Amino acid sequence: MTDWIPAFDPHRVFVEPWTVNVSLKLWIVVMGFLVLTTCGWVGQYLILRRMALMGDAISHSILPGLAGSFLIGAWWAGNGSASGEGGARGSVPMFLGALVAAVITTVLIEWIHRRSRVKQDAAMGTVFSALFALGVVLITVFADHVDLDADCVLHGEIGFVPFEDYFKVGGREWMPVPVARMLVVSLLTAAWIGMFYKELLVSSFDPGLATSLGISAQRVHFLLMAWLAVVIVSAFESVGAILVVAALIVPGATATLLSSNLPRIFLWITLHAAVSALAGLHLAVWLDCSIAGAMVVAGCALFVLAWAASSWSQWRARRLMATGAPPEPEERTLTAPPTPSSPGRSAA
Amino acid sequence: MDANTVTAPPLEIHDLSVAYDRRPVLWGIDVEVPAGKLVGIIGPNGAGKSTLIKACMGVVAPSGGWVKVFGEPLDHAHRRVGYVPQRESVDWDFPVSVMDVVLMGRYGRLGLLRRPGAKDREIARASLDKVGMLPYANRQIANLSGGQQQRVFLARALAQESDLYFMDEPFAGVDAATEAAIVTLLHEMRDRGKTILVVHHDLPTARNYFDTLLLLNMRLVAFGPTDDVFTYDLLQRTYGGRLTILSEVADAVRQRG
Repeated sequence: MTDWIPAFDPHRVFVEPWTVNVSLKLWIVVMGFLVLTTCGWVGQYLILRRMALMGDAISHSILPGLAGSFLIGAWWAGNGSASGEGGARGSVPMFLGALVAAVITTVLIEWIHRRSRVKQDAAMGTVFSALFALGVVLITVFADHVDLDADCVLHGEIGFVPFEDYFKVGGREWMPVPVARMLVVSLLTAAWIGMFYKELLVSSFDPGLATSLGISAQRVHFLLMAWLAVVIVSAFESVGAILVVAALIVPGATATLLSSNLPRIFLWITLHAAVSALAGLHLAVWLDCSIAGAMVVAGCALFVLAWAASSWSQWRARRLMATGAPPEPEERTLTAPPTPSSPGRSAA
Repeated sequence: MDANTVTAPPLEIHDLSVAYDRRPVLWGIDVEVPAGKLVGIIGPNGAGKSTLIKACMGVVAPSGGWVKVFGEPLDHAHRRVGYVPQRESVDWDFPVSVMDVVLMGRYGRLGLLRRPGAKDREIARASLDKVGMLPYANRQIANLSGGQQQRVFLARALAQESDLYFMDEPFAGVDAATEAAIVTLLHEMRDRGKTILVVHHDLPTARNYFDTLLLLNMRLVAFGPTDDVFTYDLLQRTYGGRLTILSEVADAVRQRG
């Protein structure tokens, strides 16, 4: 049993990654951080809208989009220059194909649950499994002709990120291309959330009010889903499904335990992403396991920690109430005296 | 703005029908609400009371007919209309403060990319003060009681500075003090010339709270001054032969005599 788990050697786990081949580890951690934090920000809105599994659904249903665009590309290349499969797997067509599939998923889910008695969660389950299956069928039918399988689409590996081509400006290598791409998506996401903060807020909190104010809750929903697809697809190819799907929910769920103030929740998400990426790398070095998996495990460990912390502060508040002075009664008149905020919730 | 929009009634509903999943909920509603009225929308469960105001606000799409607000389609008059949804329709664990919620009432007046400014905050504070919730401005909404939640929603409606308001069951699940406070506020708003439509559940109090009643049961049963409309005959037609309700109707009418 003991030789199943590698011995814990602090030097190898904590020092070596930052003394030998530093840039290798650095880009993995940076990439993990960018994916976790960007997905975390967008995922927070899914959590607020009680559709956390939408990310899961879209990450599955983009498969036929990827397959379709790949097949079209291969067909195009085959017709034109017969140069084989090489050129067809470019990022841009794959990206567009996935985006189209994601938008179709969103429209279909809305359409089914509006036009029938099927509720939203059931509509979601039906649509994403149908599209995923369609993707699997497409890939297996054409598997003999093209170099594409479900595994290579769904299981990108973050460990390969440092070995990708580097983004060069003026002859200097700045960063691996996937990291550069994810950085752009992260900055755009932050800008986008900053710009449309109030529209996202009111349509998530009270869609009826939003619509009555002239801010179409449905339009905001579609824009959010389209952007979700952009984020998922950018992250997918290089880090794989497990990290993306977890990154959409775990940082937001952890932050929700720690604060009930939205701007502060976004800060917690960012911090959670940084710590999970770093801790995940060290865990992976120690156990010599999947890096993406280790990052998710680290993120979930942080969730458990946050849960324990918030339960403890709730328990302490309850004990204070039981032993200390009774809380002030609910006000009876219109002009109530100010009461100090209760220690219960905002323990962040 | 031409003469037509100046004199146009705050709310004009013509032949409005709404269906959910092919099942009709509202059928051929025709009403013209004059300015400065406090209107109670009364009817049994499933009569389409909430649906009526949701259709007026464009939250549900009508299957026929139209609604005009101050002589214009709603799309052109968003700023003149305020909405107070049912308290239960939102998640009160949402990570925002009381102030954030009241500021949402100002969003309709801000364009894209603009944030609430000092003037909006001032108006939000004044609105909170009016409902006695100013001391709670920086609290997270998760810490509020039911009555406090309802007051926050009312403050948000006040911050909208609209001329026509739709309120969906503002008295549901609030304590007596809050109920009295809301009634006073509604009367004040009406006296300043606002037009307010309120979905209301409780028959006996309806007579005292509202100057105008809209009796609804899928179709419009009656619309007019409370004294003319609050009759045994019309209420019985509104509530159809439901025995328990009928005795309540009898009680309510007897109290009136």
